[in-house]
Amino acid sequence: MTQYTKPLPTPDDFDKPYWTALKKHELRMQKCVDCGEIWFPPTPVCPACLSHNHEWIKLSGKGKIWSWVFFHQLYFPSFSDEIPYNVVAVKLDEGPLMTSNMVECKNEDIRCDMRVEVFFDDVTDLVTLPKFRPDGSAKPGS
Amino acid sequence: MKLRDIRDKTAIAGVGNTPFGALYKKRDPRRNAYTLGLEAFENALEDSGLRKEDIDGVIMSRIPSYSKMCVMAGIKNPRLTNVLEAEGRMSGIALQYAAMAVYTGMANVVACIYGNDGWSAGATYGSEPQMIDSYNSPFGMTSPGASLALMWQRHMHEYGTTAEDLGVLAISQRKFASMNLNAVMRTPLTMDQYMKSRYICYPLRIYDYCLINDGGVCLIVTSAERAKDCKKRPVYIMATGQAANHTPYYHAPDYGWNAMKLVADQVYTMAGVGPGEIDCAQIYDNFLPTVMLSLEGYGFCPKGESGRWIRGGRIELGGELPVNTSGGHCSESYMQGWALHAEAVRQLRGECGDRQVKDCEIVQYICSSPICSSHILRR
Repeated sequence: MTQYTKPLPTPDDFDKPYWTALKKHELRMQKCVDCGEIWFPPTPVCPACLSHNHEWIKLSGKGKIWSWVFFHQLYFPSFSDEIPYNVVAVKLDEGPLMTSNMVECKNEDIRCDMRVEVFFDDVTDLVTLPKFRPDGSAKPGS
Repeated sequence: MKLRDIRDKTAIAGVGNTPFGALYKKRDPRRNAYTLGLEAFENALEDSGLRKEDIDGVIMSRIPSYSKMCVMAGIKNPRLTNVLEAEGRMSGIALQYAAMAVYTGMANVVACIYGNDGWSAGATYGSEPQMIDSYNSPFGMTSPGASLALMWQRHMHEYGTTAEDLGVLAISQRKFASMNLNAVMRTPLTMDQYMKSRYICYPLRIYDYCLINDGGVCLIVTSAERAKDCKKRPVYIMATGQAANHTPYYHAPDYGWNAMKLVADQVYTMAGVGPGEIDCAQIYDNFLPTVMLSLEGYGFCPKGESGRWIRGGRIELGGELPVNTSGGHCSESYMQGWALHAEAVRQLRGECGDRQVKDCEIVQYICSSPICSSHILRR
């Protein structure tokens, strides 16, 4: 296997549970125990009520594409073989917006508002990235 | 104290800048934010007729050290010193802070100084190591331009705006730049050239992106009373305001309109005028969709209508609302809003030659970004 050269996340003290869950193929985000807010990216306290009590809940992994683009300009040399590559902003059913890539889908088939589901991409032995594919692509038993 | 008390109490008494087009011809590693800011400061001082000793406040942006800048400019004991981050949203904020300082007496004459050596320093706005983050970079997402591409894609989906709409704006701004001897890009642009140009981040093309070039700009702010004794006709600050849009990404699902509405309500109330009374607008164009979203957010046209609204010469010379009359960031110079301020002042003074807006009495500056800001200026 060739070495993975793209930028990797740098987990810190308070977002480590996010990356650990992804490694187990779970999409987990913080939910405030006191007010119910679900937020992303991870931050130390609830941004809605400043409560320190939160739990890392498992999300459905479903949502829809708020918007999408194709990168033609090369900013990261490690992406040079994939230009033009897609970047999507996914609005999760639970609320948060997250940046990702669509997989198992041709670039020209990507549309705003299309339903998507998370796909766990084990890019290295240590890191799993949450990518997305058209909803319903999961094969039975997979 | 009422917000409206500050109306017309402060003024821009001097503007100065470096050449833009000439500096773009050749990169020069000796050029830096200090030398560019200093040249602009000297020119603004000359323009105002004030003496260096009159400056008792300095607010800078994109200049690494306020101390070094003040040493170079020989400003020894200013009563107010600050440096704002190197972001374009700070230009409007610098003017707002200067007006507040002058109005309250915390300073009498404030020099707002900006220097940008991005061209000679090789700035890329997206591949810098400090921009790497955990939630975007692993997916290849970077640069504010890509965020505007996301917003414009969504806007086209929701409202039916098109790529050609941005082309109309690009062509109009280039036409203004062709009448501006100091502009970097002066060759007129056709729709065919625009549509065939390369994508940077689809759906945005290279002509939708600001330039990267070197330059400096300085604005000198003082009280309305004192400005009357300066060399040039004062440009009064009728209204100024800002509202932030702090979200996890540069792109915002509401297109930034909630923040824009707060600013619009404030400046139109303060000035006592509405969008219909603005003679020309200088609208921050880091990327052209920002102008479209601003026209809609400030009520110049209904939401989703900017594409149709700008057609037929409405935003050109002689039209209802000439927009970015210098050529803006995409054709004149990427001075992160600072040169748009200078253009606003010069339009109000009637100094703009071929591109002069006839009977220009009220100009609005608008910057829509994670901090939205706007001013209404009059002669």
